[in-house]
Amino acid sequence: MLKIAKYVVYDILRSKVLIAYTLFLLLISFSLFGLESDPSKSLVSLMSVIMIIVPLVSIIFSTTYFYNAYEFIELLVAQPISRNSILLGEYFGVAVSLVVGLLVGVGIPIAYYAPTATGFVLLLSGIALTLSFASLAFFASVVTRDKAKGIGVALMMWFYFSVIYDALVLAVLFAFNDYPLDKAVIGMASLNPIDLGRIMILLKIDISALMGFTGAVYKQFFGKSFGMIYTIGVMLLWILLPLLASVRIFRKKNL
Amino acid sequence: MRFYFFLFLTALTALCRANVITLCPSCEINDFAKAIQSAAPFDTILVKPGTYASINTIINKPLTVIGEHYPIIDGQQKDEVITVLADHVSLIGLDIRNTNLGSLKDYAGIRIFKSHYTQVFRCHLRNVYFGIYISDASHTTVKDNVTIGADYAGSDRGNGIHLWKCDSILIEGNRINNHRDGIYFEFSKHCTITNNLSANNIRYGLHFMFSDYNTYIRNTFRNNGTGVAVMYTDYVQMYDNVFEDNWGDAAYGLLLKDINSSIIVGNTFRNNTIAVTMEGSSRMRFENNDFIKNGYGLKIMANCESDTFRRNNFTGNTFDAATNGVLVNNLFAYNYWDKYEGYDLNRDKIGDVPYKPVSLYSMIIEQMPYAVILLRSFLVDLLDRAEKNIPGIMPDTFQDATPVMTIIKR
Repeated sequence: MLKIAKYVVYDILRSKVLIAYTLFLLLISFSLFGLESDPSKSLVSLMSVIMIIVPLVSIIFSTTYFYNAYEFIELLVAQPISRNSILLGEYFGVAVSLVVGLLVGVGIPIAYYAPTATGFVLLLSGIALTLSFASLAFFASVVTRDKAKGIGVALMMWFYFSVIYDALVLAVLFAFNDYPLDKAVIGMASLNPIDLGRIMILLKIDISALMGFTGAVYKQFFGKSFGMIYTIGVMLLWILLPLLASVRIFRKKNL
Repeated sequence: MRFYFFLFLTALTALCRANVITLCPSCEINDFAKAIQSAAPFDTILVKPGTYASINTIINKPLTVIGEHYPIIDGQQKDEVITVLADHVSLIGLDIRNTNLGSLKDYAGIRIFKSHYTQVFRCHLRNVYFGIYISDASHTTVKDNVTIGADYAGSDRGNGIHLWKCDSILIEGNRINNHRDGIYFEFSKHCTITNNLSANNIRYGLHFMFSDYNTYIRNTFRNNGTGVAVMYTDYVQMYDNVFEDNWGDAAYGLLLKDINSSIIVGNTFRNNTIAVTMEGSSRMRFENNDFIKNGYGLKIMANCESDTFRRNNFTGNTFDAATNGVLVNNLFAYNYWDKYEGYDLNRDKIGDVPYKPVSLYSMIIEQMPYAVILLRSFLVDLLDRAEKNIPGIMPDTFQDATPVMTIIKR
């Protein structure tokens, strides 16, 4: 498994897409920090970039990589290697490269300009989002055979999680406005990794607004240690569940 | 020449001969109440270091009481500590402690009643229910005192400096902690409140009602339970005050309810859940204030009108402004908004397109408070941008037509 992962990492490094992604993140982070004298304000802008770019790149890159490596995977399947370790090896290779790209592209600027708790949480949720969207990408790739269709599914997933889902939440809030919705909203937020990541950061930067009437409810939940453990737990589920599902499917898949 | 001057001074001193009564634990006079009793009007009582019991000592003649190295005047939790019923009383440098607690009677460390020209300087009040309670008085000076509410009172506390039906009072340089309301005014006019620090009080840092013509300068109100709330008053002037760290689900930097024709200039609002809330407040002037890192900068209810906001800085607030109505009849001009995205083609340092401080999302939250969870999501950005480009829902008149491009230096 590790050997496969290592090979995947080498392969990705050669393709230069990842390097471009890293440089792009570096450029954005440094320019955001450089343009604004107050680093906490740059973190806010960086957050909105990360919440859009990181999931998008993670899911598209992983899907395309999977399809491009399809022949190699077929070759590996012919060898006496278990299918579990083939898929997991591929996943770890892709995930590790993406995380390294993020660490270099965003982690270094944060460590340099804003080595604060907010910066750390931002980086942490970026990593969690990378891992979960890579595993969603693998899920999308194993359920569809066709490359174009697979990428389409991946894109739809990204669009769903970053825009449509929040619109649905807003619609639900609108429809049931007269009811106490705090628990329901926390539940709904758990069903979207991007929302979870965003809330983790919000608790650091928009604390004054969140201390308002209803914000206090969320603050009480997510701000306490139980809420932190809950958030991290759900994030892990968002990484593990799609991955395990794809492993299951891949094991029985007729290639 | 110097000799004659000395002679003159000596003669003067001899002429205005008032006795000085020295009070110390080992002296002939060692009881605080007795010392007051035995003094003639306009005498001075010099209190040496020590602890003196004082169960509601009443001062009913003009006296000066000076403490040396903060002698402790102990109320022993039985009643009030000192009550002033005469004019021209000065209390200087006393350490007043331990009033009784109670909800039927407002026990105070120093009570000043129907007294004029009384002064309280540099006194420490500790473990008191009410700190300094002034009623039906005028021309009182309360300066450089420290008052700390009773620890043993739990959540039942009195006010730090309490004014009731007073006129022309000066409250300066006091520090007020752990009370219910730091400074409380009712029916008090023409007062000046400067350089005070009111912090960590369980309700309001400053609270007043029906108290016109008062001036508040360079005070700091920090980390109070619900910030500062002022009501039903006209002609208030607030200059250079700081309102900060008032956090909570009902905390305001400054809550204005039915405050009219007042001037709020040069204040700093920092780290409050809501910096300024206005309800039924009209003809207000907000100038040169800084709104920094608040949840909301301004919350202006639709029943406020003819208010002007000029040359204020809005930086790092989650929401610059919110309102609950569509018709807004207030003027915003020459403010700096850090969220302004317009341009300045003619380089006159004033933005060419108006800035609308109320975002669509803040209107949504106003109606659906739970939606605050979507703060800073991509969808919210999209909605705000769409609304900004093609306005349909937002109050059209709530805008700054002349936003300045760079932060206003103070």
